[in-house]
Amino acid sequence: MNRIQSAFQNKPIFMPYFPVGYPDIATSVGILEALAKNGADLIEVGLSFSDPLADGPVIQKATQTALERGVTTRDVLAAVAELRKRGVEIPLILMGYYNPILAYGLEKFVRDAVEAGTDGFIIPDLPPEESAEFVGAIREVPQQPPLITMLAPTTSDERMEAIARSAQGFIYLVSVTGVTGARKDITTGLGKLIERVRQHTDVPVCVGFGIGTPDQAAAVGQLADGVIVGSACVREIGESENPIEKAIDFARSFRDALNG
Amino acid sequence: MPTLLPSKFGPYGGQYVPETLMPALTELEAEFVTAQRDPNFQREFNKLMADFVGRPTPLTYARRLSEQLGGAQIYLKREDLAHTGAHKINNALGQALLVKRMGKQRIVAETGAGQHGVASATAAALLGLECVVYMGAVDIARQEPNVFRMKLLGAEVRPVTSGTQTLKDAINEAIRDWVTNVRTTHYLLGSALGPHPYPTIVREFQSVIGREAREQILKELGRLPDTVIACVGGGSNAIGVFSGFVEDADVELIGVEAAGSGIPSGKHAARFGDPSRGRLGVIHGTRTFVLQTEDGQIADTHSVSAGLDYAAIGPEHAHLRDQERAFYTSATDEEALNGFQTLCHTEGIIPALESSHALAEAIKRAPKMRPDQIILVNLSGRGDKDLNTVIKEIGNLGSW
Repeated sequence: MNRIQSAFQNKPIFMPYFPVGYPDIATSVGILEALAKNGADLIEVGLSFSDPLADGPVIQKATQTALERGVTTRDVLAAVAELRKRGVEIPLILMGYYNPILAYGLEKFVRDAVEAGTDGFIIPDLPPEESAEFVGAIREVPQQPPLITMLAPTTSDERMEAIARSAQGFIYLVSVTGVTGARKDITTGLGKLIERVRQHTDVPVCVGFGIGTPDQAAAVGQLADGVIVGSACVREIGESENPIEKAIDFARSFRDALNG
Repeated sequence: MPTLLPSKFGPYGGQYVPETLMPALTELEAEFVTAQRDPNFQREFNKLMADFVGRPTPLTYARRLSEQLGGAQIYLKREDLAHTGAHKINNALGQALLVKRMGKQRIVAETGAGQHGVASATAAALLGLECVVYMGAVDIARQEPNVFRMKLLGAEVRPVTSGTQTLKDAINEAIRDWVTNVRTTHYLLGSALGPHPYPTIVREFQSVIGREAREQILKELGRLPDTVIACVGGGSNAIGVFSGFVEDADVELIGVEAAGSGIPSGKHAARFGDPSRGRLGVIHGTRTFVLQTEDGQIADTHSVSAGLDYAAIGPEHAHLRDQERAFYTSATDEEALNGFQTLCHTEGIIPALESSHALAEAIKRAPKMRPDQIILVNLSGRGDKDLNTVIKEIGNLGSW
């Protein structure tokens, strides 16, 4: 059983996102460690990009700050390695846009990421139509870390059937049309959407976009196998005077809410 | 899922977008394919091109300019005389008609120089659509007259203050709006860029430029031009005029990028012209040549002309270049300003700063060519919008 499969032994899982380099590299590694050791079941480790077109203002600002402070792809991979060195055992998924990955070199990126301790990849601007090259690079490494399949409320049944079938690890289900960022109402229609996805695949279904509070997480956790929290995590921890302590509280509050 | 039309030009193009948008691209492609085969759509589009845009736009012989240069004869395809003052209206109207067919009521658009924003606002007013235009705050400052125009036409202009506050950031915001409102909103992309099917759709709606120009020059001179020159930001006017001549192997096609303060200065928008930073990448849904840092972050660009101030070039241009069917060069801000003034003085035409880059290349080439040779320059837009910039820049150059 690999790390991702182990993580889904106790569902629903809590999956926060945080970008390396915000507010600075050392602090972000501390934040990621605190999240991992206080209730996160899987973490999306963020690679920053100058033009994050699927992201709302909170993540735009945080990743922009990270870039202004000089964070590079190499720094992000080093952060993953550092987290492993500090005893983080949960799955770490790299989340980032395609261009910096292309610039790094696909095969080298996958190899270095796996060597650092990465378990999979989320690339929001790489739909299945364009992913053959990246999947080819994944096949070159024995661990075969999955490229996570994303589905959206706009995805038709026909398309869902075509692309969910080959999903590995888990499905990242985008809860609403839009960019990342907390919203008031996200559960309307979500149950039906998740049902549609489950008709086509047996891999766990995790829901992201718009989940901002432990209560919302608990509500989504009733329906899905995992809850992804990005913007709220970045905002609350990033704005805090003591981000490491805030990360501990944040992870615990979501973990408690999901445990019911 | 397979596409109806080819989604790539050689290794370039594709659909690098979030999953939420994939169904909208599929829908748009299907609608476009049906519309292309529908004589009613073609009739409606052609009628608007004639009665509203004023097509065909003239072909003008630049007599005094040609004489002054003492080489090839220069002809201008006058897209500056199209309604709203630039070629952008061709594509804006074509896409707006598709929007009506899809039953959507709202369009979002990005704009750099403001020409595409004005064209979109115009098409929206004409067809009764709601229109929101995203424009970088820096561009708003340098293209103020166009901001007023868009507002007068009933569009909402939303300033974009993220990133470099220019065209690329306006595209980011337009895409974010689109991904949020995709069920009711069409993204009216203005250049031969973005995910498939946009580069193909934009080329097809702009191909009227090349078709007309080819007919006109054959009628006037009984022969084809030796060289066709167009400026290339994203590349819609260039792909439009090139498409008329691409099958004519003897016609040389030249695209002109913005070299800004000069390529060695690093302050430019020459994707092909600067191989150290212009590399294969993915931005705004398409795979093409992109000015970027070593770490794959999109580089800041500079050009005196807002419409060319963009880090990526349309994917079909990258393919034409690989095939050596088209060649690409660049003109600096200074060369473009010189081209601008020269055309004003010799022909009584105030060109857009974007088109002035194409003129700069014609001015370089014509003297090296024979008087029986012909250069066709696509004069993609008029320069009224640029007067503030030009007054400031020419003052700086001390050549007023």
